[in-house]
Amino acid sequence: MNDNIVSDKFKEKCTLLDNGSIMIDFNDWESISQFVYDSGFDYLMCITSYDLESDDTLGLAYNFYSTSEKKYLEIRIEFNNKEEIFSIANIWRTADWHEREAYDLMGILFKGRPDLKRILLPDDWEGHPLRKDWEEPEYYNGMPVPKDKSYWE
Amino acid sequence: MKHAKDKFTLLEKFKEDNVIVAKFDDLINWSRAGSPWYFQFGLACCAIEMMAAAGPRHDLDRFGAIPRATPRQSDVMIVAGTVTLKMASRVKRLYEQMSDPKYVISMGSCANSGGPYWQHGYHVLKGVDLVVPVDVYVPGCPPRPEALIQGVLELQKKIKTETPLRKKKINNE
Amino acid sequence: MYKILDKSIIGADEMVLNMGPQHPSTHGVLRLKIITDGEIVSHIEPIIGYLHRCFEKHCENLSYEQIVPFTDRCDYLAAMHMGHAYSIAVEKLLDIELPQRVEYIRVIMSEFQRIASHLIAIGAFGLDVGAITPFTWTLRDRERILDLFEQVTGARLLYNYIWPGGLAHDLPPNFIRNSIDFLDYFEPQIIEYDNLLTTNKIFIERSADVGVMPKEVAINYGVTGPSLRGSGIPFDLRKNEPYSIYDKFDFDVPVGEGKMGTIGDSWDRYYVRVLEMKESIKILRQALSQIPDGDVQSAMPKKIRPKKGEVYSRYETARGDVGFYIRSDGKNIPTRLKMRSPAYCNLSVLNEISAGWMISDVITILGSLDIVLGEIDR
Repeated sequence: MNDNIVSDKFKEKCTLLDNGSIMIDFNDWESISQFVYDSGFDYLMCITSYDLESDDTLGLAYNFYSTSEKKYLEIRIEFNNKEEIFSIANIWRTADWHEREAYDLMGILFKGRPDLKRILLPDDWEGHPLRKDWEEPEYYNGMPVPKDKSYWE
Repeated sequence: MKHAKDKFTLLEKFKEDNVIVAKFDDLINWSRAGSPWYFQFGLACCAIEMMAAAGPRHDLDRFGAIPRATPRQSDVMIVAGTVTLKMASRVKRLYEQMSDPKYVISMGSCANSGGPYWQHGYHVLKGVDLVVPVDVYVPGCPPRPEALIQGVLELQKKIKTETPLRKKKINNE
Repeated sequence: MYKILDKSIIGADEMVLNMGPQHPSTHGVLRLKIITDGEIVSHIEPIIGYLHRCFEKHCENLSYEQIVPFTDRCDYLAAMHMGHAYSIAVEKLLDIELPQRVEYIRVIMSEFQRIASHLIAIGAFGLDVGAITPFTWTLRDRERILDLFEQVTGARLLYNYIWPGGLAHDLPPNFIRNSIDFLDYFEPQIIEYDNLLTTNKIFIERSADVGVMPKEVAINYGVTGPSLRGSGIPFDLRKNEPYSIYDKFDFDVPVGEGKMGTIGDSWDRYYVRVLEMKESIKILRQALSQIPDGDVQSAMPKKIRPKKGEVYSRYETARGDVGFYIRSDGKNIPTRLKMRSPAYCNLSVLNEISAGWMISDVITILGSLDIVLGEIDR
């Protein structure tokens, strides 16, 4: 289901994975993203952020689709959780909200875009909940967060 | 067959006599219970069942309850749906903007006690009674429109036992 | 479109208006920060997150079978679609083949759910513009569909019926006859809605030419579903990338043509939904006549434990293109599950298409995009 345009042009920078997706280094993302848009992948479907539990590594998965040629493409990037990733919100406008959600819930920083702020959680929330090592706070603004289990335990 | 004690309820008196002698408390309670205008505070899935309860099949209008969009003109606030921590301060503010006498019906298990999101929901308020005082709880996920109508009828029964002319003690509300 | 006057001529300032989270016309808890020059809008910022119920965190702690009720509650107006989309994604990970009876019943449930969801969209859109009668009529017809669902699953709104690998239980005996009775009753009702709302002069003046969405803007912002087809792009996942057994049925894909105004305005997005209901009736009649016999639980695995891998699967719901990205590590709970919701991307285009209109037109545009906040905030 995947197209070979990207892996043919950038042979030395890509690794091909089992299910057909392509893994690249985050430093090359700027040049590759412009090439992906120019080859006809005009529809960015989804940006998923995930947390590999070992040594502070986070990952991003981009899913693209070309409406003219009916082809799919998936690109994955894995990096340390302190790095900043090039933002593609100027090329695909839908990436704006997807990147804000990745920052909000997973704590991934993006560079090259205006105004990275939280979108789902309140502005004064601390922490990034979808990380595997996150712990629930006891109180938020005076309201108890975990359920009061003294009724049955 | 009409029971003997029915002769003395307010409704029967209105049917038979021209001059009615009743306690002022009863008259006030009767008029308040007869038109509970509700503040449509639909948040999530329970809001759809609240809309269906106001719809053509299960008509809530025949009990005198019509939806109002502003808290200043309503008596009852039906909190239908999950209350999140971001929304909780708004619920409290809207409750304070309603004028007395005001009542709250908590509809659905999310508003009662956090619902199916109680275990790992870090952003869900576990029950709206942590921010506003609740009068009637309607269980269900989502409760059927008939269940919501029963909740409104229970609220009417509760209103009829009030004593508006005497000073209220804070704990006994 | 209205032109914003040059500030140097008139010396006016901008006003920030807040359509707060509780509002009778926003479809749920949505906050809009509108910056206006008088009555004309120059910039809108939607603020979401008032219904964030931590769906993705729950999915990392519950097994695959236990996640199905939570997917229902994401898009509560089209719960069958969410369950179906999730089951298709898990079945891709497990690589199982389903019996034909299961596929037919799933398609029948999905198409009934599509009609029910579009009825609410049409009724609520009429309510936003100011017409109250179509809302009561569509609710009345939707109650009959919910009666059918109650016969099969036992619930009116959130069903927990479509499980990965099969269904919860089989159809009751009189279901097919009742559904055909309903379809015979419902087809002339659409003509009544046309007479009341679609060709109504006031409705056309309120919605035609308002909020035009050009093609390139739609694809770049990731808009899908009837909002995309209203702009003239004939893209429907059921026809272009068919999943399940949709390639066996004969139906058309309605596309907006700009009959009452320009292509891609709010009237087009509304009319595409009316036509889609007619196409769903066509699919239902074909499916109800061809349904085979079989056992609905024969392919269900005893314990869902997929092997290590990732999958991204797409599905066409009533609002657009939902995507499930599941990462599995070989355990019986997913490591990461992400749901790409269509209304999230549909809402992000609001700022682009409503600049230059008045505040009451913003309500019209929001109603024509048909969003559900449970799906946006997850």
